[in-house]
Amino acid sequence: MKKKNLLQRAIIIAVVTLLGLYIVIGPRHRPSLKDFGWSGIKATLASNIHLGLDLKGGSHLVMRVKTEEFLKHLTEGNVVAAENAAKDAGFDVKSAHAETGNGSYRVVVEAADPSKAEDIKTAVQKKVELGDTSVWTYAQSGNQLTWSMTNSAQRSLADNAATQAKNIIDSRINALGITEPLLQTHGSQSSHQILLQMPGVQDPERVKNLLKGESRLELVHVVSPPSPAPSQTYATEAEAINSVSSGGALPANRRVLKYVERMDPTSTTEDQSREKRTKWVVVEAPAIIDGSELRNATAVPSRAGGTQDFEINFSLKKNGADKFGAWTGSHINEYMGVVLNDEVQSIAFIKSQIFDSGQIEGRFTKESADDLALTLRSGALPAPIEYLEERTVGPSLGQDSINAGVRASAVGLALVVLFMLIYYRGSGINAVVALILNMILMMAGLILFGATLTLPGIAGIILTIGMAVDSNVLIFERIREELRTGKTIPSAVDQGFGRAFITIIDTHVTTIISSLFLFVFGTGPIRGFAVTLVIGLLVNLFSAVYVSRTIFMWELGRKEKVESLSI
Amino acid sequence: MIQFFKDVRIDWLANRRWFIGISVLLMLGGLFSAVGRWATHHQPFNLGVDFKGGTVVTVKFKQPPAAEVIRSALVKQNVRDAIVQATDKPDTLLIKLPLEGESQAEVETGRALVRAALNSFGPEAKPDLHLMGDPNGVYEIVGTDAVGAVAGAQLRNKAIAVTLAALVGILLYIALRFEWTYGAAAVIAVFHDVLVTLGFFSIFQWEVSLTVIAALLTLVGFSVNDTIVVFDRIRENRRLHRRDSLYKVTNDSINQTLSRTVITSGLVFLSVLAMVLFGGEVLRGFSLALLVGIIFGTYSSVAIASPIMVWWEQRIEAANRAAALTFSKPSRSGVQSQSNTAGPGRDAIAPQAGKRSRGASRV
Repeated sequence: MKKKNLLQRAIIIAVVTLLGLYIVIGPRHRPSLKDFGWSGIKATLASNIHLGLDLKGGSHLVMRVKTEEFLKHLTEGNVVAAENAAKDAGFDVKSAHAETGNGSYRVVVEAADPSKAEDIKTAVQKKVELGDTSVWTYAQSGNQLTWSMTNSAQRSLADNAATQAKNIIDSRINALGITEPLLQTHGSQSSHQILLQMPGVQDPERVKNLLKGESRLELVHVVSPPSPAPSQTYATEAEAINSVSSGGALPANRRVLKYVERMDPTSTTEDQSREKRTKWVVVEAPAIIDGSELRNATAVPSRAGGTQDFEINFSLKKNGADKFGAWTGSHINEYMGVVLNDEVQSIAFIKSQIFDSGQIEGRFTKESADDLALTLRSGALPAPIEYLEERTVGPSLGQDSINAGVRASAVGLALVVLFMLIYYRGSGINAVVALILNMILMMAGLILFGATLTLPGIAGIILTIGMAVDSNVLIFERIREELRTGKTIPSAVDQGFGRAFITIIDTHVTTIISSLFLFVFGTGPIRGFAVTLVIGLLVNLFSAVYVSRTIFMWELGRKEKVESLSI
Repeated sequence: MIQFFKDVRIDWLANRRWFIGISVLLMLGGLFSAVGRWATHHQPFNLGVDFKGGTVVTVKFKQPPAAEVIRSALVKQNVRDAIVQATDKPDTLLIKLPLEGESQAEVETGRALVRAALNSFGPEAKPDLHLMGDPNGVYEIVGTDAVGAVAGAQLRNKAIAVTLAALVGILLYIALRFEWTYGAAAVIAVFHDVLVTLGFFSIFQWEVSLTVIAALLTLVGFSVNDTIVVFDRIRENRRLHRRDSLYKVTNDSINQTLSRTVITSGLVFLSVLAMVLFGGEVLRGFSLALLVGIIFGTYSSVAIASPIMVWWEQRIEAANRAAALTFSKPSRSGVQSQSNTAGPGRDAIAPQAGKRSRGASRV
């Protein structure tokens, strides 16, 4: 081998090693002398390597957006709209209902007079989105009019709802000020799953409730005789229903809601019966204004109550404010209700025209008022979510795992090094140098690709040690074999590397292939494993073959005539 | 110079019936265990929450109460089938709640239920103080894993799909680099390793978790690795010794690489042993699977993959010869001459016979 060639190789190795070393333990800021002390290196190492949740502690949540609920809700909304549209146009409708389930969503309207069916269809489609043929297919039999949601529309609407839910969750997480959260879709797109990782969050209970929180705010017209009569309430639900209809079926433009009346908020005595006085009120559907018209909502200390009490101030967007102003202007002396999640929070008497702001009164604690204001601000989720998976790791558990992993790797590495030095003597040093370089460059690779180190990732490192040492064993055994056949030392080394290289490539490529499958199709922890293994194997081609070869070349090149090789 | 194996001359292929018999017995043992447990307990494997669904809460105590006491506290919260399990640390317990029915609710409430039950022993340590820093704290929940039925099934299906996909990928690569018979033999051997290892998990009821799947895939990698080293040598030797039969070449190749096989597997075994001993509770399933897998992976690459490959090649050769015989009678002399180079009394083939020289001439 030529001296020049050797020099070139030595320079490449030196540059790669130094670069790798700097990537691993070099600070990302302007380095000072302190950074190269023991504690400095430890600190930089900790900030350079991204640890997975299982090692640094945190919460991992997988949730699913129940898009079928969204589609159901949408269909039911259209039923009400269709019935109203038909009645507004002066047609008699016998019944209207939604048929949902088994992946089909239908609006069914039964006309009182079959001959009017076609007219009803026209009237409905003029006012309601059911006329959109890309979403709804229309069919008629006898007096029954049916609109069915197409499969492609179901898919795209559901996908949209899931995306929207993710955005809302995103804004809620951001508002909470959680550091470095990771929010992404999980699994296939059609599964509508969302993965949320929150490093450092040990107890996700509050976050979970907050994300699930469906704060739907509505301002409604309370059906009641105008002031000065008090607002009309009923003691039972049945009584409320009976007041607007006989036979227990509510008309489409009425709803009966629960109303928990609060006692005088200035009284400081903890009256236990306060929460118990549940009443029912009848309100008009649809609502005057809903949560989508909200501009802002903030938690403020209650003006009337004690210092522990909070309420929520809200204001409306321009459009909402106009609508609200027009409505309140024409309903002076009547009652309106502030409804939160289908429960009337307060009933207000309209004294004069109101435009863009209001309060949600109630006895909230600071935290619940804050959370409520936050969920109101971020808008309502288009569909409820459910949790499929929850994993939390406390920092102590993570630290235990790191310690166990480091201990296992250190013992494994020590055993391997010991064996190589005893069995292959001088050449064992080659293998050890290659192994240590492999570890450094693997870490550098992890940092460079921004991969996260997980517990299975540590296992991947241990296995890389195994694969790396295998390459050395393959080469050394081959050199020994070649020596036994009586070849000169340089040619035995040459042949040994050459022959073993083919095998090393084959073994590495197969393992990389299976690791790639793991990476592409695997889930969190398995991916971490695949990443370290692939990086480790790629690095190994450099360290076990190129570097080890160069050391041999240097050894052989030192003497004029090589008589023995320590292998 | 230390050398474990020098000039070994073992006739591995002569014992192939034994090898395959042992492997079949091992696989049957695992199968019987799985079927038996399925019949009696409706679960062939001790599946972890990852695949079965349910909740595992890791709790650290200052003074751990008896398992029985914790269980009765949980019963008060209407949790009936809770399992309280010790870990390798005396102050830490695992509380496992099975998933009831298809309900998702438990994923959301499991932690809260356990907390409600444990609060009967005293308050939980404040999260910012931790157990050791909070004088009033009696316990601390240090980790939870809650998986619903849907997610469990998803993870299960994905794990199986990934394993199979990886095997197909390996088959294709080896078929491309060698012959498809080599690829098939390697994949059969690897499949055998996975089955035997799973058998051990069923027999000893070790818990199968996501990390165990990672371990199975690693063992697939290692086993194929070993097999390829032998196959590579066979390919090389066939080119060098064209007169030798496949039978002899295979035996020689196994013997020549035996030293490497034993050293590498021994070293990997040592690293994995270090993981079993020092890797703690979390890595236990992973390292146990690998420990068993390494042993059988090494065994199968010598005792399963090569014999299957030789048997298969011989079958193909016999078929080709039969075809050749019907077309041209004089070729009989060519067949006869092979018996000189054949192994001891085996139906060996020479690479130059008929069309079956591709194994030798192609790279």
